[in-house]
Amino acid sequence: MTESAKVDIQGLDLFYGRFQALKSVTMAVRERKITALIGPSGCGKSTLLRCLNRMNDLIAGAKVRGRVLLDGRDVYRPGADVDELRKRVGMVFQRPNPFPLSIFDNVVYGMRVAGTHNRGRLREAAESSLRGAWLWDQAKDRLDRSALALPLDQQQRLCIARLLAVEPEVILMDEPCSALDPIATGKIEELMLDLKERYTIAIVTHNMQQAARVSDFSGYMLLGEMVEYGSTGKLFTRPEKKLTEDYISGRFG
Amino acid sequence: MRVHPRYTQKAALALLGGATLLTVAVLVFIIFFVLEKGLPVLSLSFLFTNPQDMGRAGGILPTLIGTVALPVLALAIATPLGVGTAVYLTEYTRESGLTKVIRFGTDCLAGIPSIIFGLFGFIFFVTVLRLGWSILSGGLTLAFMVLPTIIRTSEEAIKAVPASYREVSFSLGATRWQTVRKVILPNALPGIVTGVMLGIGRSIGETAAVIFTAGSSLRMPHSVFDSVRTMSVHFYILAREGISNQNAYGTAAALIIAVLAVNLTAYWLMNRFIARRS
Repeated sequence: MTESAKVDIQGLDLFYGRFQALKSVTMAVRERKITALIGPSGCGKSTLLRCLNRMNDLIAGAKVRGRVLLDGRDVYRPGADVDELRKRVGMVFQRPNPFPLSIFDNVVYGMRVAGTHNRGRLREAAESSLRGAWLWDQAKDRLDRSALALPLDQQQRLCIARLLAVEPEVILMDEPCSALDPIATGKIEELMLDLKERYTIAIVTHNMQQAARVSDFSGYMLLGEMVEYGSTGKLFTRPEKKLTEDYISGRFG
Repeated sequence: MRVHPRYTQKAALALLGGATLLTVAVLVFIIFFVLEKGLPVLSLSFLFTNPQDMGRAGGILPTLIGTVALPVLALAIATPLGVGTAVYLTEYTRESGLTKVIRFGTDCLAGIPSIIFGLFGFIFFVTVLRLGWSILSGGLTLAFMVLPTIIRTSEEAIKAVPASYREVSFSLGATRWQTVRKVILPNALPGIVTGVMLGIGRSIGETAAVIFTAGSSLRMPHSVFDSVRTMSVHFYILAREGISNQNAYGTAAALIIAVLAVNLTAYWLMNRFIARRS
Protein backbone atom coordinates (compact mmCIF):
# COMPACT_ATOMS: atom_id res chain seq x y z
CA MET A 1 0.00 0.00 0.00
CA THR A 2 2.73 2.48 0.86
CA GLU A 3 4.54 1.98 -2.44
CA SER A 4 2.15 4.21 -4.36
CA ALA A 5 1.71 6.67 -1.50
CA LYS A 6 2.84 10.12 -2.58
CA VAL A 7 2.16 11.49 0.86
CA ASP A 8 2.23 9.23 3.87
CA ILE A 9 0.82 10.62 7.10
CA GLN A 10 1.90 8.66 10.16
CA GLY A 11 0.54 9.19 13.68
CA LEU A 12 0.03 12.91 13.21
CA ASP A 13 -0.98 15.01 16.23
CA LEU A 14 -1.62 18.73 16.00
CA PHE A 15 -2.21 21.11 18.87
CA TYR A 16 -3.53 24.67 18.76
CA GLY A 17 -2.24 25.71 22.15
CA ARG A 18 -3.82 23.16 24.48
CA PHE A 19 -6.54 22.10 22.07
CA GLN A 20 -5.72 18.94 20.16
CA ALA A 21 -7.07 19.33 16.63
CA LEU A 22 -5.61 16.13 15.17
CA LYS A 23 -5.30 12.87 17.07
CA SER A 24 -2.82 10.35 15.76
CA VAL A 25 -4.00 10.54 12.16
CA THR A 26 -2.59 7.94 9.78
CA MET A 27 -3.44 8.06 6.11
CA ALA A 28 -1.93 7.77 2.65
CA VAL A 29 -2.47 10.09 -0.29
CA ARG A 30 -1.87 7.97 -3.39
CA GLU A 31 -0.06 9.16 -6.45
CA ARG A 32 -2.29 10.41 -9.30
CA LYS A 33 -5.44 9.71 -7.40
CA ILE A 34 -7.96 11.99 -5.76
CA THR A 35 -8.22 11.57 -2.02
CA ALA A 36 -11.19 13.24 -0.31
CA LEU A 37 -11.44 14.23 3.34
CA ILE A 38 -14.98 14.43 4.63
CA GLY A 39 -16.53 15.07 8.00
CA PRO A 40 -18.52 17.69 9.91
CA SER A 41 -17.26 21.26 10.43
CA GLY A 42 -14.44 21.47 12.92
CA CYS A 43 -13.44 17.82 12.58
CA GLY A 44 -9.91 18.77 11.57
CA LYS A 45 -9.99 17.92 7.86
CA SER A 46 -8.80 21.36 6.74
CA THR A 47 -6.18 21.31 9.46
CA LEU A 48 -4.95 17.95 8.21
CA LEU A 49 -4.81 19.24 4.63
CA ARG A 50 -2.80 22.27 5.75
CA CYS A 51 -0.24 20.01 7.39
CA LEU A 52 0.75 18.67 3.99
CA ASN A 53 2.21 22.00 2.86
CA ARG A 54 2.85 23.32 6.37
CA MET A 55 0.41 26.20 6.07
CA ASN A 56 -0.36 25.66 9.74
CA ASP A 57 3.07 27.09 10.49
CA LEU A 58 1.49 30.50 9.98
CA ILE A 59 -0.85 30.02 12.94
CA ALA A 60 0.54 31.09 16.29
CA GLY A 61 0.68 28.27 18.82
CA ALA A 62 0.25 25.38 16.37
CA LYS A 63 2.44 22.38 17.29
CA VAL A 64 2.83 19.20 15.29
CA ARG A 65 3.92 15.71 16.35
CA GLY A 66 4.22 12.71 14.06
CA ARG A 67 5.37 12.44 10.48
CA VAL A 68 4.21 13.58 7.05
CA LEU A 69 6.31 11.84 4.43
CA LEU A 70 6.43 13.33 0.94
CA ASP A 71 8.12 10.77 -1.32
CA GLY A 72 9.45 9.17 1.83
CA ARG A 73 10.96 12.30 3.41
CA ASP A 74 9.42 13.95 6.45
CA VAL A 75 8.29 17.48 5.60
CA TYR A 76 8.58 18.39 9.29
CA ARG A 77 12.19 17.24 9.57
CA PRO A 78 14.51 19.84 11.09
CA GLY A 79 15.95 22.09 8.41
CA ALA A 80 13.30 21.23 5.82
CA ASP A 81 12.89 23.98 3.20
CA VAL A 82 9.29 25.12 3.63
CA ASP A 83 9.23 27.40 0.55
CA GLU A 84 10.48 24.50 -1.57
CA LEU A 85 7.86 22.20 -0.03
CA ARG A 86 5.10 24.65 -0.95
CA LYS A 87 6.27 24.70 -4.56
CA ARG A 88 5.88 20.92 -4.65
CA VAL A 89 2.63 20.85 -2.70
CA GLY A 90 0.33 23.62 -3.91
CA MET A 91 -3.02 24.73 -2.61
CA VAL A 92 -6.38 25.91 -3.93
CA PHE A 93 -8.42 27.80 -1.34
CA GLN A 94 -12.06 27.96 -0.42
CA ARG A 95 -12.73 31.37 -1.91
CA PRO A 96 -11.17 32.23 -5.25
CA ASN A 97 -8.34 34.57 -4.25
CA PRO A 98 -6.57 36.05 -7.26
CA PHE A 99 -4.24 38.95 -6.55
CA PRO A 100 -5.50 42.37 -7.68
CA LEU A 101 -3.22 42.08 -10.70
CA SER A 102 -3.71 41.21 -14.34
CA ILE A 103 -4.58 37.65 -15.34
CA PHE A 104 -1.08 37.20 -16.72
CA ASP A 105 0.67 38.55 -13.62
CA ASN A 106 -1.44 36.24 -11.48
CA VAL A 107 -0.54 33.14 -13.43
CA VAL A 108 3.19 33.81 -13.46
CA TYR A 109 3.43 35.03 -9.84
CA GLY A 110 4.90 31.80 -8.55
CA MET A 111 7.38 31.57 -11.42
CA ARG A 112 8.62 35.10 -10.88
CA VAL A 113 8.99 34.38 -7.19
CA ALA A 114 11.07 31.38 -8.15
CA GLY A 115 13.33 33.61 -10.26
CA THR A 116 12.04 33.20 -13.83
CA HIS A 117 11.82 36.57 -15.56
CA ASN A 118 12.28 35.63 -19.21
CA ARG A 119 9.21 37.06 -20.94
CA GLY A 120 8.99 34.29 -23.51
CA ARG A 121 9.17 31.50 -20.97
CA LEU A 122 6.61 33.23 -18.76
CA ARG A 123 4.22 33.57 -21.70
CA GLU A 124 4.64 29.95 -22.66
CA ALA A 125 4.04 28.77 -19.11
CA ALA A 126 1.05 31.09 -18.74
CA GLU A 127 -0.53 29.62 -21.86
CA SER A 128 0.02 26.00 -20.89
CA SER A 129 -1.16 26.63 -17.31
CA LEU A 130 -4.28 28.44 -18.46
CA ARG A 131 -4.94 25.61 -20.93
CA GLY A 132 -4.41 23.13 -18.12
CA ALA A 133 -7.05 24.90 -16.06
CA TRP A 134 -9.41 25.17 -19.06
CA LEU A 135 -9.27 28.93 -19.01
CA TRP A 136 -7.18 29.73 -22.08
CA ASP A 137 -10.06 30.32 -24.49
CA GLN A 138 -11.78 32.76 -22.15
CA ALA A 139 -8.59 34.49 -21.03
CA LYS A 140 -6.29 34.59 -24.07
CA ASP A 141 -7.57 37.94 -25.35
CA ARG A 142 -7.49 39.71 -22.03
CA LEU A 143 -4.35 38.55 -20.30
CA ASP A 144 -3.50 42.07 -19.18
CA ARG A 145 -6.94 42.80 -17.76
CA SER A 146 -7.59 42.61 -14.04
CA ALA A 147 -8.19 39.10 -12.72
CA LEU A 148 -10.87 40.52 -10.42
CA ALA A 149 -13.10 41.22 -13.42
CA LEU A 150 -13.52 37.48 -14.11
CA PRO A 151 -16.60 35.63 -12.90
CA LEU A 152 -16.06 33.60 -9.70
CA ASP A 153 -15.67 30.18 -11.30
CA GLN A 154 -13.13 31.52 -13.80
CA GLN A 155 -11.31 33.19 -10.89
CA GLN A 156 -11.10 29.81 -9.20
CA ARG A 157 -9.77 28.22 -12.37
CA LEU A 158 -7.27 31.09 -12.62
CA CYS A 159 -6.12 30.18 -9.11
CA ILE A 160 -5.66 26.61 -10.31
CA ALA A 161 -3.71 27.85 -13.36
CA ARG A 162 -1.54 29.99 -11.08
CA LEU A 163 -0.79 26.85 -9.14
CA LEU A 164 -0.06 24.72 -12.20
CA ALA A 165 2.51 27.28 -13.37
CA VAL A 166 4.66 26.38 -10.36
CA GLU A 167 4.61 22.76 -11.56
CA PRO A 168 3.56 21.21 -8.27
CA GLU A 169 3.40 17.48 -7.68
CA VAL A 170 0.55 17.51 -5.21
CA ILE A 171 -2.51 19.78 -5.29
CA LEU A 172 -4.43 20.42 -2.08
CA MET A 173 -7.96 21.73 -2.47
CA ASP A 174 -9.71 23.17 0.53
CA GLU A 175 -13.43 23.16 -0.32
CA PRO A 176 -12.65 24.61 -3.74
CA CYS A 177 -16.29 24.80 -4.82
CA SER A 178 -17.97 26.16 -1.73
CA ALA A 179 -18.26 29.64 -3.26
CA LEU A 180 -19.52 28.35 -6.62
CA ASP A 181 -22.91 27.47 -8.05
CA PRO A 182 -23.68 23.87 -9.15
CA ILE A 183 -22.80 24.40 -12.83
CA ALA A 184 -19.44 25.99 -11.98
CA THR A 185 -18.89 23.23 -9.43
CA GLY A 186 -19.47 20.63 -12.13
CA LYS A 187 -16.83 22.27 -14.32
CA ILE A 188 -14.26 22.29 -11.53
CA GLU A 189 -15.00 18.61 -10.78
CA GLU A 190 -14.46 17.66 -14.42
CA LEU A 191 -11.25 19.64 -14.34
CA MET A 192 -10.12 17.73 -11.25
CA LEU A 193 -10.64 14.42 -13.01
CA ASP A 194 -8.56 15.75 -15.89
CA LEU A 195 -5.81 17.01 -13.55
CA LYS A 196 -5.43 13.72 -11.74
CA GLU A 197 -3.84 12.27 -14.87
CA ARG A 198 -0.77 14.32 -13.98
CA TYR A 199 -1.12 15.37 -10.35
CA THR A 200 -1.81 13.87 -6.97
CA ILE A 201 -4.86 15.58 -5.48
CA ALA A 202 -6.22 15.82 -1.95
CA ILE A 203 -9.52 17.61 -1.45
CA VAL A 204 -11.49 18.68 1.60
CA THR A 205 -15.19 18.89 0.93
CA HIS A 206 -18.45 19.36 2.78
CA ASN A 207 -20.29 17.98 -0.14
CA MET A 208 -20.51 14.20 0.13
CA GLN A 209 -21.87 13.79 -3.39
CA GLN A 210 -18.79 15.61 -4.56
CA ALA A 211 -16.51 13.25 -2.65
CA ALA A 212 -18.39 10.29 -4.09
CA ARG A 213 -18.27 11.70 -7.64
CA VAL A 214 -14.62 12.64 -7.91
CA SER A 215 -12.51 10.81 -5.37
CA ASP A 216 -10.79 7.44 -5.50
CA PHE A 217 -10.09 7.29 -1.78
CA SER A 218 -11.90 8.88 1.12
CA GLY A 219 -11.22 9.51 4.76
CA TYR A 220 -13.98 10.28 7.23
CA MET A 221 -12.87 12.42 10.14
CA LEU A 222 -14.58 13.23 13.42
CA LEU A 223 -13.27 15.29 16.33
CA GLY A 224 -9.71 15.18 15.07
CA GLU A 225 -9.62 11.44 14.46
CA MET A 226 -9.55 9.51 11.24
CA VAL A 227 -12.58 7.27 11.77
CA GLU A 228 -12.34 5.37 8.56
CA TYR A 229 -10.19 5.52 5.48
CA GLY A 230 -10.46 3.46 2.32
CA SER A 231 -11.53 3.38 -1.28
CA THR A 232 -14.42 5.76 -1.94
CA GLY A 233 -16.63 3.04 -3.41
CA LYS A 234 -16.35 0.95 -0.28
CA LEU A 235 -16.61 3.82 2.19
CA PHE A 236 -19.83 5.08 0.66
CA THR A 237 -21.52 1.72 0.11
CA ARG A 238 -20.19 -0.64 2.78
CA PRO A 239 -18.61 1.42 5.56
CA GLU A 240 -17.02 -0.61 8.29
CA LYS A 241 -17.75 1.76 11.14
CA LYS A 242 -21.15 2.72 12.47
CA LEU A 243 -20.04 6.37 12.80
CA THR A 244 -19.19 6.54 9.10
CA GLU A 245 -22.47 5.00 8.12
CA ASP A 246 -24.41 7.48 10.28
CA TYR A 247 -22.61 10.40 8.64
CA ILE A 248 -22.86 9.35 5.02
CA SER A 249 -26.50 8.30 5.37
CA GLY A 250 -27.25 11.79 6.68
CA ARG A 251 -28.25 10.75 10.18
CA PHE A 252 -25.66 13.09 11.59
CA GLY A 253 -23.51 16.05 10.50
CA MET B 1 -43.24 62.12 27.31
CA ARG B 2 -42.32 60.35 24.13
CA VAL B 3 -41.27 62.31 21.09
CA HIS B 4 -42.32 60.86 17.76
CA PRO B 5 -39.38 59.32 15.84
CA ARG B 6 -40.17 61.60 12.94
CA TYR B 7 -39.24 64.62 15.06
CA THR B 8 -36.13 63.06 16.59
CA GLN B 9 -35.09 62.18 13.06
CA LYS B 10 -35.52 65.80 11.99
CA ALA B 11 -33.64 67.05 15.04
CA ALA B 12 -30.75 64.65 14.37
CA LEU B 13 -30.60 65.74 10.75
CA ALA B 14 -30.48 69.40 11.76
CA LEU B 15 -27.81 68.83 14.42
CA LEU B 16 -25.53 66.67 12.26
CA GLY B 17 -26.00 68.94 9.25
CA GLY B 18 -25.25 71.93 11.45
CA ALA B 19 -22.05 70.39 12.74
CA THR B 20 -20.87 69.70 9.19
CA LEU B 21 -21.80 73.19 8.05
CA LEU B 22 -19.92 74.76 10.98
CA THR B 23 -16.79 72.73 10.21
CA VAL B 24 -16.80 73.73 6.56
CA ALA B 25 -17.59 77.34 7.45
CA VAL B 26 -14.61 77.62 9.80
CA LEU B 27 -12.31 76.15 7.17
CA VAL B 28 -13.59 78.44 4.44
CA PHE B 29 -13.40 81.44 6.75
CA ILE B 30 -9.74 80.82 7.69
CA ILE B 31 -8.65 80.22 4.12
CA PHE B 32 -10.64 83.18 2.84
CA PHE B 33 -9.32 85.45 5.61
CA VAL B 34 -5.67 84.60 4.93
CA LEU B 35 -5.98 84.65 1.16
CA GLU B 36 -7.86 87.94 1.16
CA LYS B 37 -5.04 89.64 3.04
CA GLY B 38 -2.21 87.66 1.50
CA LEU B 39 -3.08 87.22 -2.18
CA PRO B 40 -2.58 90.91 -3.12
CA VAL B 41 1.03 90.60 -1.88
CA LEU B 42 1.63 87.25 -3.55
CA SER B 43 3.32 87.30 -6.92
CA LEU B 44 6.04 85.39 -8.72
CA SER B 45 8.58 88.04 -7.82
CA PHE B 46 7.49 87.83 -4.15
CA LEU B 47 8.10 84.07 -4.21
CA PHE B 48 11.34 84.13 -6.12
CA THR B 49 13.34 87.12 -4.88
CA ASN B 50 15.45 87.51 -1.78
CA PRO B 51 14.08 89.41 1.19
CA GLN B 52 15.49 92.82 2.07
CA ASP B 53 15.60 94.65 5.35
CA MET B 54 14.66 91.63 7.55
CA GLY B 55 11.71 90.82 5.31
CA ARG B 56 10.20 94.28 5.40
CA ALA B 57 10.70 94.42 1.66
CA GLY B 58 11.60 91.96 -1.10
CA GLY B 59 10.44 88.37 -1.41
CA ILE B 60 10.66 85.05 0.42
CA LEU B 61 12.85 82.86 -1.77
CA PRO B 62 15.12 81.42 1.01
CA THR B 63 12.10 80.53 3.14
CA LEU B 64 10.53 78.80 0.15
CA ILE B 65 13.70 76.70 -0.16
CA GLY B 66 13.61 75.97 3.58
CA THR B 67 9.95 74.97 3.45
CA VAL B 68 10.68 72.49 0.70
CA ALA B 69 14.02 71.21 2.03
CA LEU B 70 13.02 70.41 5.59
CA PRO B 71 9.97 68.22 4.86
CA VAL B 72 11.74 66.51 1.96
CA LEU B 73 14.70 65.63 4.17
CA ALA B 74 12.44 64.65 7.08
CA LEU B 75 10.30 62.36 4.94
CA ALA B 76 13.30 60.90 3.13
CA ILE B 77 14.52 59.74 6.53
CA ALA B 78 11.22 58.92 8.20
CA THR B 79 9.53 57.02 5.35
CA PRO B 80 11.94 54.06 5.10
CA LEU B 81 12.34 53.93 8.87
CA GLY B 82 8.61 54.13 9.50
CA VAL B 83 7.50 51.72 6.77
CA GLY B 84 10.26 49.31 7.78
CA THR B 85 9.14 49.40 11.40
CA ALA B 86 5.53 48.88 10.37
CA VAL B 87 6.44 45.89 8.19
CA TYR B 88 8.50 44.41 11.00
CA LEU B 89 5.75 44.86 13.58
CA THR B 90 2.99 43.45 11.39
CA GLU B 91 4.71 40.79 9.31
CA TYR B 92 7.78 39.62 11.17
CA THR B 93 6.62 39.48 14.78
CA ARG B 94 3.69 37.84 16.44
CA GLU B 95 1.55 39.97 18.73
CA SER B 96 3.32 39.91 22.08
CA GLY B 97 4.14 42.00 25.12
CA LEU B 98 7.05 43.55 23.27
CA THR B 99 5.03 44.66 20.23
CA LYS B 100 2.44 46.17 22.58
CA VAL B 101 5.16 48.15 24.34
CA ILE B 102 6.57 49.34 21.00
CA ARG B 103 3.12 50.35 19.82
CA PHE B 104 2.39 52.16 23.08
CA GLY B 105 5.74 53.92 22.71
CA THR B 106 4.94 55.13 19.19
CA ASP B 107 1.54 56.38 20.34
CA CYS B 108 3.18 58.33 23.16
CA LEU B 109 5.75 59.71 20.73
CA ALA B 110 2.90 60.97 18.54
CA GLY B 111 1.41 62.85 21.46
CA ILE B 112 4.55 64.72 22.51
CA PRO B 113 4.23 68.48 21.87
CA SER B 114 6.39 69.63 18.98
CA ILE B 115 8.32 72.10 21.10
CA ILE B 116 9.67 69.19 23.15
CA PHE B 117 10.93 67.63 19.90
CA GLY B 118 12.48 71.03 19.19
CA LEU B 119 14.20 71.06 22.56
CA PHE B 120 15.45 67.51 22.07
CA GLY B 121 16.69 68.32 18.57
CA PHE B 122 18.43 71.43 19.89
CA ILE B 123 20.24 69.54 22.64
CA PHE B 124 21.01 66.39 20.68
CA PHE B 125 21.56 67.36 17.03
CA VAL B 126 22.50 71.04 17.34
CA THR B 127 24.65 70.83 20.47
CA VAL B 128 25.80 67.28 21.20
CA LEU B 129 26.33 66.19 17.58
CA ARG B 130 27.51 69.73 16.73
CA LEU B 131 25.38 69.95 13.63
CA GLY B 132 24.48 73.51 14.56
CA TRP B 133 21.31 75.23 13.43
CA SER B 134 20.98 73.61 10.07
CA ILE B 135 18.70 71.99 7.54
CA LEU B 136 20.13 68.67 8.72
CA SER B 137 19.28 69.22 12.40
CA GLY B 138 15.80 70.46 11.47
CA GLY B 139 15.16 67.62 9.04
CA LEU B 140 16.26 64.97 11.55
CA THR B 141 14.09 66.49 14.27
CA LEU B 142 11.06 66.65 11.98
CA ALA B 143 11.74 63.07 10.90
CA PHE B 144 11.41 61.88 14.49
CA MET B 145 8.30 63.99 14.88
CA VAL B 146 6.46 62.48 11.91
CA LEU B 147 7.77 58.94 12.44
CA PRO B 148 4.86 57.79 14.66
CA THR B 149 2.30 59.00 12.12
CA ILE B 150 4.01 57.09 9.34
CA ILE B 151 4.40 53.95 11.43
CA ARG B 152 0.77 53.87 12.52
CA THR B 153 -0.80 54.68 9.15
CA SER B 154 1.50 52.18 7.41
CA GLU B 155 0.66 49.56 9.99
CA GLU B 156 -3.07 50.07 9.46
CA ALA B 157 -2.59 49.96 5.70
CA ILE B 158 -0.59 46.73 5.92
CA LYS B 159 -3.11 45.12 8.25
CA ALA B 160 -5.87 46.00 5.79
CA VAL B 161 -4.27 43.84 3.07
CA PRO B 162 -6.42 40.69 3.00
CA ALA B 163 -4.88 37.73 4.83
CA SER B 164 -5.74 35.55 1.83
CA TYR B 165 -3.11 37.37 -0.29
CA ARG B 166 -0.42 36.35 2.19
CA GLU B 167 -1.70 32.77 2.31
CA VAL B 168 -1.70 32.40 -1.46
CA SER B 169 1.71 33.95 -1.78
CA PHE B 170 3.21 31.59 0.80
CA SER B 171 1.38 28.64 -0.72
CA LEU B 172 3.08 29.40 -4.06
CA GLY B 173 6.47 29.11 -2.43
CA ALA B 174 7.18 32.81 -1.88
CA THR B 175 9.31 33.80 1.10
CA ARG B 176 8.07 36.33 3.61
CA TRP B 177 10.19 39.08 2.10
CA GLN B 178 8.99 38.29 -1.43
CA THR B 179 5.45 38.42 -0.12
CA VAL B 180 6.10 41.78 1.53
CA ARG B 181 7.67 43.21 -1.60
CA LYS B 182 5.34 41.85 -4.23
CA VAL B 183 1.99 41.65 -2.48
CA ILE B 184 1.84 43.54 0.80
CA LEU B 185 3.58 46.82 0.04
CA PRO B 186 1.93 47.41 -3.37
CA ASN B 187 -1.49 46.81 -1.85
CA ALA B 188 -0.76 48.94 1.19
CA LEU B 189 0.72 51.77 -0.87
CA PRO B 190 -2.33 54.08 -0.91
CA GLY B 191 -2.44 53.98 2.89
CA ILE B 192 1.29 54.48 3.19
CA VAL B 193 1.14 57.46 0.82
CA THR B 194 -1.60 58.93 3.00
CA GLY B 195 0.69 58.63 6.02
CA VAL B 196 3.57 60.26 4.16
CA MET B 197 1.31 63.10 3.06
CA LEU B 198 0.09 63.60 6.62
CA GLY B 199 3.76 63.72 7.63
CA ILE B 200 4.50 66.37 4.99
CA GLY B 201 1.48 68.34 6.13
CA ARG B 202 2.62 68.22 9.71
CA SER B 203 6.24 69.12 9.01
CA ILE B 204 5.55 71.84 6.45
CA GLY B 205 3.68 73.98 8.96
CA GLU B 206 5.81 73.15 12.00
CA THR B 207 7.25 76.22 13.68
CA ALA B 208 8.40 75.56 17.24
CA ALA B 209 10.58 72.55 16.54
CA VAL B 210 12.09 74.26 13.48
CA ILE B 211 13.14 77.49 15.19
CA PHE B 212 15.05 75.45 17.75
CA THR B 213 16.87 73.26 15.25
CA ALA B 214 17.07 74.89 11.82
CA GLY B 215 17.38 78.39 13.20
CA SER B 216 15.97 81.42 11.43
CA SER B 217 18.66 82.68 9.11
CA LEU B 218 17.27 84.62 6.19
CA ARG B 219 20.30 83.99 4.04
CA MET B 220 20.17 81.56 1.15
CA PRO B 221 21.36 78.12 2.35
CA HIS B 222 24.10 76.45 0.32
CA SER B 223 24.20 73.02 1.94
CA VAL B 224 22.32 70.95 4.50
CA PHE B 225 24.71 72.30 7.13
CA ASP B 226 23.42 75.87 6.73
CA SER B 227 20.71 77.39 8.83
CA VAL B 228 17.43 78.13 7.06
CA ARG B 229 14.16 79.88 7.81
CA THR B 230 10.91 78.21 6.77
CA MET B 231 7.80 80.08 5.70
CA SER B 232 6.01 79.37 8.95
CA VAL B 233 8.96 80.66 10.98
CA HIS B 234 9.20 83.68 8.67
CA PHE B 235 5.53 84.38 9.20
CA TYR B 236 5.94 84.04 12.95
CA ILE B 237 8.89 86.45 13.08
CA LEU B 238 7.36 89.01 10.73
CA ALA B 239 4.12 89.10 12.69
CA ARG B 240 5.55 88.72 16.16
CA GLU B 241 8.17 91.40 15.79
CA GLY B 242 5.88 93.68 13.88
CA ILE B 243 8.21 93.82 10.89
CA SER B 244 5.61 93.67 8.15
CA ASN B 245 2.06 92.42 8.56
CA GLN B 246 1.53 92.66 4.86
CA ASN B 247 4.44 90.35 4.00
CA ALA B 248 3.46 88.05 6.88
CA TYR B 249 0.07 87.50 5.24
CA GLY B 250 1.72 87.06 1.87
CA THR B 251 3.88 84.31 3.37
CA ALA B 252 0.87 82.74 5.07
CA ALA B 253 -1.03 82.68 1.79
CA ALA B 254 1.90 80.97 0.08
CA LEU B 255 2.03 78.42 2.90
CA ILE B 256 -1.68 77.65 2.71
CA ILE B 257 -1.49 77.22 -1.05
CA ALA B 258 1.50 74.91 -0.61
CA VAL B 259 -0.37 72.72 1.89
CA LEU B 260 -3.39 72.66 -0.40
CA ALA B 261 -1.16 71.65 -3.31
CA VAL B 262 0.37 68.82 -1.26
CA ASN B 263 -3.07 67.49 -0.39
CA LEU B 264 -4.37 67.74 -3.93
CA THR B 265 -1.28 65.98 -5.25
CA ALA B 266 -1.80 63.23 -2.70
CA TYR B 267 -5.41 62.72 -3.81
CA TRP B 268 -4.42 62.76 -7.44
CA LEU B 269 -1.62 60.25 -6.88
CA MET B 270 -3.85 57.93 -4.89
CA ASN B 271 -6.69 58.02 -7.41
CA ARG B 272 -4.29 57.35 -10.25
CA PHE B 273 -2.81 54.47 -8.31
CA ILE B 274 -6.17 52.95 -7.48
CA ALA B 275 -7.42 53.38 -11.04
CA ARG B 276 -4.34 51.68 -12.42
CA ARG B 277 -4.73 48.65 -10.19
CA SER B 278 -8.43 47.96 -10.69
